[in-house]
Amino acid sequence: MNAPTLLPLHQPGDSPLHRLPVGAKVGGLVVFSLAVVLTSGALAAGAGVLVAAGLAALAGLRPGLVLRTLRPVLLTVVVVGLLQWLFEGPAAAAETALELLALALAASVVTATTAVNDMLDALVRWLGPFRRVGVRPDRVALAFTLALQSLPGTLALALETRDAARARGLGRHPRAYLTPFVVRVVARAHEQGDALAARGLGDESP
Amino acid sequence: MAQIELHAAGVTVPVQGTSPSECSGPGGSGGDGGDTGRVVLHPTTLTLTEHRVAVVGANGSGKSTLARLLNGLVTPTTGRVVVDGTDVADDAAAVRRRVGFCFTDPSAQLVMPTCVEDVELSLRRTERDPRARREQALDVLRRFGLGRHAHDSVHTLSGGQRQLLALAGVLATEPSVLVADEPTTLLDLANTRRVGELLLGLPQQLVLLTHDLDLARRCDRALVVADGRVVADGPAEQSVASYVAAVDAQA
Repeated sequence: MNAPTLLPLHQPGDSPLHRLPVGAKVGGLVVFSLAVVLTSGALAAGAGVLVAAGLAALAGLRPGLVLRTLRPVLLTVVVVGLLQWLFEGPAAAAETALELLALALAASVVTATTAVNDMLDALVRWLGPFRRVGVRPDRVALAFTLALQSLPGTLALALETRDAARARGLGRHPRAYLTPFVVRVVARAHEQGDALAARGLGDESP
Repeated sequence: MAQIELHAAGVTVPVQGTSPSECSGPGGSGGDGGDTGRVVLHPTTLTLTEHRVAVVGANGSGKSTLARLLNGLVTPTTGRVVVDGTDVADDAAAVRRRVGFCFTDPSAQLVMPTCVEDVELSLRRTERDPRARREQALDVLRRFGLGRHAHDSVHTLSGGQRQLLALAGVLATEPSVLVADEPTTLLDLANTRRVGELLLGLPQQLVLLTHDLDLARRCDRALVVADGRVVADGPAEQSVASYVAAVDAQA
């Protein structure tokens, strides 16, 4: 199974961005994303792309790696851009495409410079105050992180199910792959739940 | 070695149309359904103290249910399971800390994007300092021959490497028992041998469910499970021979 990962994996390194605390990176990403979405005009969106690309360079990310992992996002950018061009004209198309690109690049910088376990630690810390109202920070953080991590796995299951439907000569009818796909996703969730329980994850004291 | 005791431990699962509360009886429906649910494991009494215990039997015979009882993944509907004096029903978390579990398909078990991050996830329970945790995880990966792949995606590993990584993730926290549910079933010959040697060489107590009879014969004791019952139990050579004879007789 060779699953697409959507965003780059953690690339160990020693850049200023690698050393930055998780909170600063996530906070920065929120502020940057809001700025990109709230400002209007292709010029502002272009500036956003330049800033994000500059950050990627500062983090020492290889352009090839970023382009490879962002390929599904880039395809979406192209399709959305073309539709925008048709309905809204070239200026709006450029703005939307550049905004999407800036957001994807900035998110890539965060995922590539932050280990998932560091992100988990940060989430557990942030959720700490909610312990008093019965929230189990370890469990919530784990669930949140797993939800993000399971996207590539779910995509891989979708591709496998589609191939299986094709191999059996079942045409393009959605039922031929949607039903088995849902069944497989639920089965995988059960297996993963068992595996996490077996590893004692989620058993942490409240 | 650890001591695992099953005291008349049995498992009955609800069949469609019955509620779980109706299935708490001692069973007796013959394992193929009935008013009280389907018996997947008849009440079983065993004490496992040997270093390496093999469990063999056909698919669907109840092997996996027996294995899952040992670390609290399944709670017995009748009887008790006690690991080193701790009843699974009283403190499943404590039992899980002592008993590691390895699944047939490592893909379900690996949940983090890269190898080192997956081992770190296991170590979260025992090591709070991220830097020390990373060092430990890298050390574990090196011990399992995966040091070169520490920062690779878990999806790019071969089947054998993935199973080794799953084992590394389980053994990183140094449980005193490892239960492995057909860990070599999906592997090619070379990887079957590699994983098999690794398992048999572990200092921990091993409960190994397997269809690989050569591996089973090399254990200290073997149980044969059929239709939800332990039908043979003794020195591995002897039990495996009785299993082969039973299968031959059916053919």
